[in-house]
Amino acid sequence: MITKRIIPCLDVRDGHVVKGIQFKNHKIVGSIVDLAKKYSQEGADELVFYDITASTDGSTVSKEWVSRISDVINIPFCVAGGIKSVNDARSILNLGADKVSINTPALENPNLIRELSLEFGSQCVVIGMDIKTIDGKSFLFAKTGNELTAHSTEILALDWIRKVQKLGAGEVVINSMNQDGMKNGYDISLLNELSKVCTLPMIASGGAGSDDHFINVFANTNVDGALAASIFHNNEYSIQDIKTSLQSNKINIRTSL
Amino acid sequence: MSVAIVDCGGANLRSVATSIERLQIPYLITDNSDEIIKAQYVILPGVGSAQNVMKHLESKNLNNVITQLKQPVLGICIGMQILFNYSAEGNTKCLGIFDENIDPFSESNLLKVPQMGWNKVEFSDAKLKKLNDYYYFANSFYAKTFNSTKAMSEYGIAFSSVVQKDNFLGCQFHPEKSAEAGVRFLKYFLTKS
Repeated sequence: MITKRIIPCLDVRDGHVVKGIQFKNHKIVGSIVDLAKKYSQEGADELVFYDITASTDGSTVSKEWVSRISDVINIPFCVAGGIKSVNDARSILNLGADKVSINTPALENPNLIRELSLEFGSQCVVIGMDIKTIDGKSFLFAKTGNELTAHSTEILALDWIRKVQKLGAGEVVINSMNQDGMKNGYDISLLNELSKVCTLPMIASGGAGSDDHFINVFANTNVDGALAASIFHNNEYSIQDIKTSLQSNKINIRTSL
Repeated sequence: MSVAIVDCGGANLRSVATSIERLQIPYLITDNSDEIIKAQYVILPGVGSAQNVMKHLESKNLNNVITQLKQPVLGICIGMQILFNYSAEGNTKCLGIFDENIDPFSESNLLKVPQMGWNKVEFSDAKLKKLNDYYYFANSFYAKTFNSTKAMSEYGIAFSSVVQKDNFLGCQFHPEKSAEAGVRFLKYFLTKS
């Protein structure tokens, strides 16, 4: 059967990999190409590059760095941030990305999901979902790349998953804003709530701080992959450390390189 | 040695091209029939949908060219699926090298569709066991196992991950995205004659 995926996420701003806490106070953590190469060689199953410069300031930022990634790795990768049209997606896929992830533009124009999946196939279309649970209800947030523009929508996460499945999305990334950057584990209850209606591959995001958190999310939810950033960027754990722990807990992972 | 990567009209030919370039083998990306016929190896990369790829090949009159090729041909993902009789994706009549059809996975909460990620591939031929490994898949449609199956995998059901008939080899996974396992598989294809 298919293995559970470990996915380092690299937030990119102005050509550098950055990381902040709960979407704020971004600090540079390294070069895109060096980190991409390193994680790929360590056994990452996939990489996500989230261009946080592009999505909120309304401009189309040069994605020249996408081709530099594709030149140095031979595992799949996804690019997120600032993709608002079929043409935006095409240029990124032509630079060597395997998938594009859309977030705010999908909320503003859900039909974009259908257009992308008809043009490139649903396997290319990932929907990123930034979710905050308030008084027991989980809402989508938009424009989360910048604290000045981040805001709640009135869309419930459950409804949005149902909708994006119908429109032809191929995967969802569930980012818990409550957990993001807190390093105290993935949002198990949110993931289980959303799994009930989700027939697409689902990736957990937000909250990874130790190998136990990866074990916990795969043992207690139905997610297909777990995404993490700072735990890898800060060299607290290597990909191999996480995979070794998962393997000894009988989680089905890719063991070869 | 030269490799023709057939431009099937989809996006992202770059990854396949890069994987060939890394092996230091000359290649060209083309939808020109003479260039395809002359190449020593031909790759049909797999991006897009069955109907779009077939439409593109027909518009360039390449459907008959491809079925007549005598050199080793590798179809990747959709590039493999269009070598079958018919694909349920867009009710598409395909090239008919393999006398079987392409069916959709039936989705449920337990079986997510598309299949996305690294799955185990097991070759039946003892000499090819060294290629047994995890490879990267991204597909909603599949070929069941049949007499041309060279390797199988499981996703709810057993399916063909590698098929071969004469000079036509097909893989459901993406070797260009399958790390070192993918490199070994491409080298295996590029030593065929």
